[in-house]
Amino acid sequence: MAILPTLRAFLAAQPPALLAGLAGVVILLGVAGLVATVLTALRPDKSYLELRQRIASWWVMVALLAGALLAGWQATVVVFALISFMALREFLSLAPIRREDRPAILAAYLVLVAAYGFIAADRYMFYLVFIPVWAFLGLPFLMAMLGQTRGFLTTAATFHWGLVTCVYNLGFAAFLMRAPDAERLPAGAAGLVFFLLLVTEFNDVAQYVFGKLFGRRKIAPTVSPNKTWEGFLGGWLATGLLIWFLGPVFTPLAGLGLAVVAVTLPVAGFAGDVTMSAVKRDIGVKDTSHAIPGHGGVLDRADSLTFTAPLYFHLLALFALSKF
Amino acid sequence: MRWLRFLLLILVARPLALFMTGADVTGRERLPLKGPAIVAANHSSHVDTLLLLAIFPSRALARVRPAAAADYFLKDPVIGWFSRHAIGIVPVARLKAGQRPSGVDEDVLAPARAALAAGDIVVVFPEGTRGDGANDKAGDGMGQLKSGVARLAEAFPDAPVIPVWIQGAGRVLPKGETIPVPLNCAVLVGEPLAWSGERPAFMAKLRAALLALKEQAPPLRWS
Repeated sequence: MAILPTLRAFLAAQPPALLAGLAGVVILLGVAGLVATVLTALRPDKSYLELRQRIASWWVMVALLAGALLAGWQATVVVFALISFMALREFLSLAPIRREDRPAILAAYLVLVAAYGFIAADRYMFYLVFIPVWAFLGLPFLMAMLGQTRGFLTTAATFHWGLVTCVYNLGFAAFLMRAPDAERLPAGAAGLVFFLLLVTEFNDVAQYVFGKLFGRRKIAPTVSPNKTWEGFLGGWLATGLLIWFLGPVFTPLAGLGLAVVAVTLPVAGFAGDVTMSAVKRDIGVKDTSHAIPGHGGVLDRADSLTFTAPLYFHLLALFALSKF
Repeated sequence: MRWLRFLLLILVARPLALFMTGADVTGRERLPLKGPAIVAANHSSHVDTLLLLAIFPSRALARVRPAAAADYFLKDPVIGWFSRHAIGIVPVARLKAGQRPSGVDEDVLAPARAALAAGDIVVVFPEGTRGDGANDKAGDGMGQLKSGVARLAEAFPDAPVIPVWIQGAGRVLPKGETIPVPLNCAVLVGEPLAWSGERPAFMAKLRAALLALKEQAPPLRWS
């Protein structure tokens, strides 16, 4: 089998907008890498190791996600299931958990498998209620049968918080892949997911950059001392404009729907970041793990996504997608 | 046989350790790549051995030999064969106090000495058994350390002793449990210790090094 024609046919079958978007990300990362190299050469006294680690990790994440998006919904569901698994494992490892809860931890992973099973089976209604209703009731019941009542309510809440953020909310990103072609999507279902990831991560970076450049007034001093009003507002504006101008390229959104996403999504990203910071501060760690060099843990990278994914999904469902 | 072990470690042990524990290693560059060297870690679970075998770079793997209790791992012929050839254990005869005839004392470490003499990296668990808090007399999360590691260091004064703290393996698979549960484990590799010329002082130094690594580990909220 000739590799080149197969590859050409594979790429020709992809929506051109998606390929252009991915190419744009690759160029952006290339520029970032170039800047880091130049900085390292110009200022040998300063260490840019973390910056270079960060960019190297971005390459890995982009390659993994781009590969999955191009390969189709099956691969994307598997990749998001793995992301959810790593995030949930980080969460349960740091949260206060009782010795007796080991079977409940195992059950939480089974809930993850079932939830992603519903995505794979394209059972939207099952997915919608499974974690918020049935896992919400079932896990505490299992914990009650395990017989330990010390710290029961706290532990039940901990499990549920972890499952909803790490599995249920992130799963919505994967569920977008099940949007049918009949929805007239300008860059396919993968374009929807790509755009969510692009604007969420762009928002993270933009808030960071605006904060570094102009940040003076702290916005959440007890939770996240590095976050400032200037960073938040700058990121909001920049991401809002990006969504407004690029949204029609990758999504069926237009007019009011697009405006609502442009205004709310950057706020949701900020909210996810700050809320997860509060959790980390409560637990007493800075990073949830060292799984992604330069970034911290999976949950450190995906914290804003746990808020933006369900918001984006529901706004798409409300304004544009008739299936959901 | 060596190839089978290598493939088993690369294709089974590593993905399994990554799946079950996340293998969050700090200071991987301090792991020895050639022997003779001694790695001394705390011990709370069988996962410790799996994790340590999984984090060594491939080129060092053939040299890594975990010391393991002969009475536990070699009593069953099938597990014994697997332990010797797949895991590559160095058997250590654990003799209970009173069972130890005079003169046998030095022999229990003979396989470990032979491995070090052959240039292997011997992984030892100085607590002597998986700790579950029962042996934790000092109340610092670590059992009393047996001095066998000091005797090995004395016999090979040029071999570095690398302290390693493994946080959280006891939750993945506690002593007495059979079903492992995936939870993150942190592995903290410390600076190598050199033989100081005296056993009690060396053991105190090793204990202090392990506890210092434990201080840097993420908190274990496990009650």
